[in-house]
Amino acid sequence: MKSRQTSQLIFVTIVFVTVLAALFVSPKPLGDKVLPWRLGLDLIGGSSVVYLVDLTGIPEGERDEAVNGLKDVIEKRVNLFGVAEPKVVIAKKGGSYQLLVDLAGVKDVQGAINQIGATPILDFREEIKENDKVDYHQTELTGRYLTKATLGFDSLNRPLVNFEFNEQGTELFRQITARNVGKPLAIFVDNSLLSDPVVQQEIKGPAQITFGTNTSQDQVLKEAKTLVERFNAGALSAPIKQVNQRTVSPTTAEDALRKIIIAGLAGALVVILFMIAYYRRMGIFASLALVIYTFLTLALFKLIPNFTMTLAGIAGFILSIGMAVDANILIFERTREELKKGMTKAAAIEEGFRRAWPSIRDSNVSTIITTIILYYLTSSFVKGFALTLGLGVLTSMFSAIFVTRTMLRLFTKNES
Amino acid sequence: MNWVLRHKNYFLAGSTAILILSAVGIATFGFKLGIDFTSGSLWQIKIPNADSAQVREVFSRDLGVGEVGVSYDASNQSYSLALKEISDTDRGNYLQVLKQRFGEGVESQDFSTISPVISEELKRKAIWAIGLVMLGISLYVAFAFRKVSRPVSSWKYGVITLITLVHDVIIPAGIFALLGKLIGATADTNFVVALLFVMGFSVHDTIVVFDRVRENLILFRDKMKIGEIIDKSVMQTLHRSINTSLTVALVLLAIYFFGPTGTKLFVLTILIGIIAGTYSSILVGSPLLALWGRRGKN
Repeated sequence: MKSRQTSQLIFVTIVFVTVLAALFVSPKPLGDKVLPWRLGLDLIGGSSVVYLVDLTGIPEGERDEAVNGLKDVIEKRVNLFGVAEPKVVIAKKGGSYQLLVDLAGVKDVQGAINQIGATPILDFREEIKENDKVDYHQTELTGRYLTKATLGFDSLNRPLVNFEFNEQGTELFRQITARNVGKPLAIFVDNSLLSDPVVQQEIKGPAQITFGTNTSQDQVLKEAKTLVERFNAGALSAPIKQVNQRTVSPTTAEDALRKIIIAGLAGALVVILFMIAYYRRMGIFASLALVIYTFLTLALFKLIPNFTMTLAGIAGFILSIGMAVDANILIFERTREELKKGMTKAAAIEEGFRRAWPSIRDSNVSTIITTIILYYLTSSFVKGFALTLGLGVLTSMFSAIFVTRTMLRLFTKNES
Repeated sequence: MNWVLRHKNYFLAGSTAILILSAVGIATFGFKLGIDFTSGSLWQIKIPNADSAQVREVFSRDLGVGEVGVSYDASNQSYSLALKEISDTDRGNYLQVLKQRFGEGVESQDFSTISPVISEELKRKAIWAIGLVMLGISLYVAFAFRKVSRPVSSWKYGVITLITLVHDVIIPAGIFALLGKLIGATADTNFVVALLFVMGFSVHDTIVVFDRVRENLILFRDKMKIGEIIDKSVMQTLHRSINTSLTVALVLLAIYFFGPTGTKLFVLTILIGIIAGTYSSILVGSPLLALWGRRGKN
């Protein structure tokens, strides 16, 4: 009797948790208020862009920091463009760095990408004269130390740009000006020479760059203004090159989301019908376990920090629904065999669970091995598939064994 | 009794024939590699009131884009264009031209661009993934069966699993090569993932059968011949081998018929692989185990 009470308690707890999970994962009426689903660009539209960072000229030890600065700047840029939650991720691959920029839900994707592309690259270089050739030697001072740029005018009313650096940048600028007194210091924007004023003295403060006067005053003023605007949105410390892009239109994405949800529901329904038609009463319990599995697993996905549901992710999850009943099939077939041997129903079920376990474990491990390898060896989209499938298979072992067994224990003893 | 094993030569011959056919298919047609492995741009675009020839013409004549691979999906009037790498700005310009030519109904649906840096990396990773999954699963099977090395040594289970894995992957790959020829199906990352999933899943059936062999070997080791034990095991597990694959096939069919266009080929590849996998676990793996097990005994 005691074990029966335990089963009852467990069953009530499972049902309670499942109802909570169902409310949590459904967007309406409650789920979105607590925590909205984070959908990938293939389900709500938007763009994702991968940039390769060119770190030539930046010493080995400072590369991490430089790329982090780059990430901050791009985040700032994209934020200006009104993306709710831009996601910028740094991927270090061997010696090279990539920046993954996720612009899910952005309407004007092209504009946003242009914004990132328009981010200026700023750096200061020392001039080294060899014979008649001028050689520019890159210094450590780059756009990543820049905090603010403002437009000003000198005593002759020529436009100039004030660059303000952070503490580290100010110190670097002081050192560079100190060792270059009397020599020109070149300022490069986007790898082309902007200006090379001669350093008059060591400077312990912001840098002022006067523009040349060979073009008309209006033209110079306009250029200076644009430059200030671009710099204030952030200057890059290293050049970036776009290597990968995916853009999905919102209508196509919505269509895909609707279709994959319908497919998932249809798939689950057909599996449930099959299980009930083939395994009758036990099939009903397996189907209940499947419903419980579905809600608990979806809730689990939603609880993973920063989890983004993609089309591939949903596909992986639907596949796991088809696989979740596999364990029950193995158990029920085994139970049927034991029944034929003349065991009582309750004993046959226990034996079925016990005997089927090794093959359930061994077969699921092979899928888990596959998903782990896929997770570590693929791009972000396939990662979603691997994650939902792998976690799904793990949870399904729990639901098919623990949940179904609890129900069968509880409801079979009533009969015998 | 002994139905599977009595006919094993037919099954093995049949499988070998299909395997050779698939391998020849792959060798003759080859795979049409997707942009994730070759680099370039893939643009899915909705163009009402146009045909492939017209679309191709606009790109090659009006826009001066060289090779354009065009495939058409009738269900939503959308074209998949495989181009050389183009920038987002180019895409915007091309869209304007297409709108002028075919009207405002033209709509950019899905655009992806992959540069050689990434495609090289994806290619390398795909090859690694295939190798590691094969190795990982075989080692695991050999490990799982380590305790039953009499009369069939456990590493043989692993090797036979590997053979059935190759079988289950080559058949859908062969059909995919044919589809590449017929409807321009491109072998991309999704294709590789589908094959890897097939490997992971088709092993389920094989393990279910082998697990029963393992159990029956302990029970009947001294009373029955290995061939009979294997045959008994196959018969005992027939229902579950078929049913476990069937439920997955059911959800795959649901995705195929109701799901988004982009997932159809992926799902189809898995479906073919799973059918091959169920067949191989019952009618290839077990006969091989019987053949090899018997030889080991003598």
